[in-house]
Amino acid sequence: MGKTLNIAPITRIEGHASVAIHLDDSGNVADARLHVLSLRGFEQFVLGRPVEEVSRIVTRICGICPWQHHLAANKAADECLGLELPPTGRKLRELCQMMAYIPDKILHFYFLAAPDFVLGPDADYSVRNVVGIVGANPELAKKVVHMRYKGQMMLEKFAGKVIHPIAGVVGGFSKPLKEDERREILEGIQELKEFSLFTIKFAREEVFPKYLDAVKVLGVFPSGYLGTVRPSDGALELYDGELRLMDQNGEFDQFKYSEYVNYIGEHTEPWSYMKFPYARKWGALKLDENDPVGVYRANTLARINVCDKMATPMAQEELDIFRKEFGRPTHLTLLYHWARLIELVQACERAEELLNDPEITGREIRCKDIQPRAGEGVGCVEAARGTLIHHYKTDDNGFVTMANLIVGTTHNNAPMNLSVRQAAKAVIKDGNYDQGLLNRVEMAIRAYDP
Amino acid sequence: MTKVTVAEEWLNACAGCEIAILNVGDVLVDLLVNNLEFVHIPVILDKKYFGQTGEEKELSIPEAVVGIVSGGVRNEEHREVLLEMRKKCQILIALGTCATDGGIPAMINMYSDEDLKQFYYKDSPTTDPADYPTEHIPPLLDQCYALDELVNVDLYLPGCPPHPDWITGAVLALLEGKTEYRMPEKSVCDACPTIRESKKGLSDIKRMLASPEYDPDRPLDEMRCLLEQGLLCLGPVTGVGCGGHKGAPRCIAARVPCRGCYGPVRKGAKPLVDYMGALASVGFDPNKMPDRRGYLARFSGAHGVLKRPVRR
Repeated sequence: MGKTLNIAPITRIEGHASVAIHLDDSGNVADARLHVLSLRGFEQFVLGRPVEEVSRIVTRICGICPWQHHLAANKAADECLGLELPPTGRKLRELCQMMAYIPDKILHFYFLAAPDFVLGPDADYSVRNVVGIVGANPELAKKVVHMRYKGQMMLEKFAGKVIHPIAGVVGGFSKPLKEDERREILEGIQELKEFSLFTIKFAREEVFPKYLDAVKVLGVFPSGYLGTVRPSDGALELYDGELRLMDQNGEFDQFKYSEYVNYIGEHTEPWSYMKFPYARKWGALKLDENDPVGVYRANTLARINVCDKMATPMAQEELDIFRKEFGRPTHLTLLYHWARLIELVQACERAEELLNDPEITGREIRCKDIQPRAGEGVGCVEAARGTLIHHYKTDDNGFVTMANLIVGTTHNNAPMNLSVRQAAKAVIKDGNYDQGLLNRVEMAIRAYDP
Repeated sequence: MTKVTVAEEWLNACAGCEIAILNVGDVLVDLLVNNLEFVHIPVILDKKYFGQTGEEKELSIPEAVVGIVSGGVRNEEHREVLLEMRKKCQILIALGTCATDGGIPAMINMYSDEDLKQFYYKDSPTTDPADYPTEHIPPLLDQCYALDELVNVDLYLPGCPPHPDWITGAVLALLEGKTEYRMPEKSVCDACPTIRESKKGLSDIKRMLASPEYDPDRPLDEMRCLLEQGLLCLGPVTGVGCGGHKGAPRCIAARVPCRGCYGPVRKGAKPLVDYMGALASVGFDPNKMPDRRGYLARFSGAHGVLKRPVRR
């Protein structure tokens, strides 16, 4: 047995992981694995909590997508207690979902992913980062920092806290949106929309074309996809709809949240704390990048693959360009970045629609006379990293007795492993490797924004 | 001007503290260009523990003047990284309530790891029952610790997440050569503008199933104190700071009660005991409070505050 390269920590991602690349005696890749190193136990410690408190606890699963966990938990708790939300309460939640999405996409593209593309995968680690971007293009960097900050602060001003939110409450929302607030946010959203349209054009014309060769080989393998669609027309949904699970040829099942247990299983490997969800219908999970079985992916590329269309016009124009070039479904892993920006456009347009909806400033924001009861609920929301599934049961007092969570990055555990192995085998040959080549292996992980 | 070197790490954490660092806003670019040199920060910089090609045997982090660590300590790798950070950094900052008091993940200290794994790897409705993973992953410690249970901490910046005002404040103080920076030892109530009437004899304690009474068109200082309205609000036993230097408490501003995310008012305070007094002072029977540990130690389960069940 040859040596092992221990790439730790995986950087410019939003969690804790390492990659071990095992080389054989001739210096070729025998195996490569992504190890997820932490297990925090949210499913355990929400047990015994009043169900209306859970949305203020599970936010800490992820500091980047706390809004999505907050909202998924609220939806699951609503269902446990049998609540039907007033339209304004529902729309305020969806508005927050869109407003939370926007700065997150900007963050990922410019801060985490762009250094590989703008500065190049072989640039030295000391410059291949957001500070390097500042050096390479200070005006753009200032604009990026400002636009992201503006998006965050608009949401914070309205909803109290932007990181680890609290304004979603069981049965609705904690405060109404006032007319002057609505106007101010709308103005900000329009500015963010312009910036998003600039970003996708910039990426499409000046960033991605240079790396199409890498896009076509790095981390690529056929898989299925999971995402949320609008039941009426199959449009891409970020806040609420039905789940669609597509196989690698484009055939799909569509089902309600509560049916998820019939479609998704979770497998355990001895070398990772994180489990490996897989599509039950396709057979037992097989982690082989040349012939994967049961493997599906979530997150941006998945949603773009499973949807029949975008829900808003300018995002649709972008989807048309994307599909013309890559078809449906496309399995090119680095296209996650491109798909992410198409979703950014939809999030801006959808936020604008909601802000122009007269009901958004309504004053009936929450159910009245909410009573605890025994129940069960499954709440799902699309997070940047993939579909969140929060499944709770409650006792007569409305205290949690069971919580099953499958969250964004977990869906992508199997595919990230396949991408890592595929990328490692593609770039490391006959004992030749350096930091730039090893960074390409990480790029295959970074695409999933884990 | 010489830049101050900074190393940053996250342990049993969620990345919210790192996003809070980014939320210092437009000043960030200037700080990065002129004042701070990050030598290690996994969320944005590709510096590796075992060399850039992963061939070294010992974990190593570069030396820095300032070390920032978010997250509590829950497994062997967290401990190793924390000890290395302490060794290599002159001033160590505990950033966020997980680092200062354990934070939400320290709620696991109420449960056994066996129960956690039993559900996660065997009983969950979607999981094919399996043996627990053990290979190439750092073993869990017996509980989730705050940083100062393992190393000396120089600066505490609690908050979930910390308000950017305090992060900027601490950075600027350090740039001026100061090594002391303390959060005020006051409670959330001290910064809360809501009206307190101190009248007793109110109704039962309400869970968050009920909404407070307030007029959305009127400012926060015209709303009655949420605790006096009967909602469990942890303001009296929670450290101040969530609104930044001057702002109102952020949850109260969103018209929801405080849940204690800045940890106890001062080191060694005992919210589980002190809150009983706060409830009694507004006329509630503290014995009627449900899930005391889940409310009162939600963010501060380290330091032995939350303990696991004893197994025979």
